[in-house]
Amino acid sequence: MSGAPMINPFSLFFASIITSNILLANFLGMCSFISISKDMKSSSGLGLAVTVVLTVTTAINWLLLNHVLIPLNLVYLRFIVFIIAIAAVVQMLEMIIDRVSQALYLNLGIFLPLITVNCAILGVSLFMEIREYTFFQSLVYGLGSGLGWWLAIMLLSAIRQKTEKSKVSAGLQGPGLTMITIGFMAMAFIGFSGMLAVQ
Amino acid sequence: MDLLFFIAPLAVGGISAAFAALISVTDRIVNNYGDVVIDINKGKKELTVKGGQPMLFGLAESGIFVPSACGGRGSCGACKVTVRSDVGPLMPTEAPYLTQEEIKGSVRLSCQIKLKQDVEIEIPEELFNVQDYQAVVEKITDVTHDIKEVYCKLPEGKEVSFISGQYGQFEVPPYGKVKERTMRAYSMSSAPSDRNHLEFLIRLVPGGIVTTYAHEHLKEGEKVRIIGPFGDFQVRDTDATMICVAGGSGMAPFKSIFQDMIDNGTITNRDIWYFFGARSRRDVFYLDWLYELDEKYNNFHFVPALSEPQPEDNWEGPTGLITEVLDGYLKEKISREHNLEGYLCGSPGMLDACMAVMTANEMKTEDIFFDKFA
Repeated sequence: MSGAPMINPFSLFFASIITSNILLANFLGMCSFISISKDMKSSSGLGLAVTVVLTVTTAINWLLLNHVLIPLNLVYLRFIVFIIAIAAVVQMLEMIIDRVSQALYLNLGIFLPLITVNCAILGVSLFMEIREYTFFQSLVYGLGSGLGWWLAIMLLSAIRQKTEKSKVSAGLQGPGLTMITIGFMAMAFIGFSGMLAVQ
Repeated sequence: MDLLFFIAPLAVGGISAAFAALISVTDRIVNNYGDVVIDINKGKKELTVKGGQPMLFGLAESGIFVPSACGGRGSCGACKVTVRSDVGPLMPTEAPYLTQEEIKGSVRLSCQIKLKQDVEIEIPEELFNVQDYQAVVEKITDVTHDIKEVYCKLPEGKEVSFISGQYGQFEVPPYGKVKERTMRAYSMSSAPSDRNHLEFLIRLVPGGIVTTYAHEHLKEGEKVRIIGPFGDFQVRDTDATMICVAGGSGMAPFKSIFQDMIDNGTITNRDIWYFFGARSRRDVFYLDWLYELDEKYNNFHFVPALSEPQPEDNWEGPTGLITEVLDGYLKEKISREHNLEGYLCGSPGMLDACMAVMTANEMKTEDIFFDKFA
């Protein structure tokens, strides 16, 4: 709202997916990233859930921040307020999805409670505040970050399906190799950082 | 100036309240499925219940009690029902409790299925008879040093109808470190003819939630919740010789069964052997009554056996493990003129050992019925 540089929403969108990927550049949302990435189907469901929740919560949190917290001079309460908003939104989404489609609920709904405590969700809301995005920018940033998270977990689960079949020394099996894989992936993504400005 | 202090709590409270209101409004609108009809056993019973709740609760609301030990949290896997209409695919929360055959036969956990539309289900017919009783403990008797006989009176005007050998779910309130109501299954030891009472034999299990409560806290005059009857452990209507084996509080179903057979006169119809295994004299109970039956009925044979008789017990009866005594009797004393039927009630270890002895003595597995303490 204030003097934030006007970043083109289009480049912000791509930046949040690739060059400033929330997972691989900021290392947020790692727990479910590591634990759920064993198979493609769950990864995809979780990625979709993160994308939906990120888009919705970032928008709602922007409204809360700019129309409640800033006017009342209560920005220091943003952590509590953002968390409350995220928890509430996730709960409502779960109910709505359960009603709308059983198939969607099975693929996406069961991951929703997991996401409430995903740090990527809170992280995106906090970046949105620090970088002073406009409402439209926040929306694009939320959606882009979600898609980026989705992309990253799909990539990781694809790689893990390959490494599952390869010979790995006993000490590196499971989380060990996964961490190394993520490290390489992060290096590849960080290589492009700075090509698109996000703040 | 002072008012500024209130802005922060008011704002957080206001935001929380707004979200809470939003959630409950969403819940009202989205979770409102109207009334749904549950069709049980192809039209035997039709229940109209409020939609949006788990099937288990919907059924309980209308007086159909599907067994459940965890109270609908999906952690015991007891509340299985066969679902004949489409209620959506199997939930990941159900899968661990179902076998491959059950999944193929569309068995589901009723606590995990949300009632969204009319459903058709199948449940064992006997569940129609299951009721929820607020009973009052009328009498607690110590029958041994670690077994109590708990005699409960049903509320005025309520009657129970069950088959000897069935069990009831006995619920105790939260106490001490136990923070929630807990249910455990106990076989009824009272006779079905006593329609206003239910009696259980509760043995103290170290660390057991319900048994500890029953032994240390339960008082005469206290209200307890009992749901039942459940179970298919019952005497088969044949003329086969009954080989009954029990240990400890496994006495319960047999007390009920023998008393029922006396009440309806069937006790003289067939040979009955009752083997009761205990450690020493202080673990044996109802001796007078059982010896009396042994005396009175030629075809009723009571064989108590002690595995560790103490010198002061002055025990003259059989000694040794109940399996050894059973083996000896099956080999030498019990006539094979009639077919033999086995009835077992006790700990899983004892049951498996007796089962092995019986099958080794050429009894057929399908003729051996048991009530395993889980």
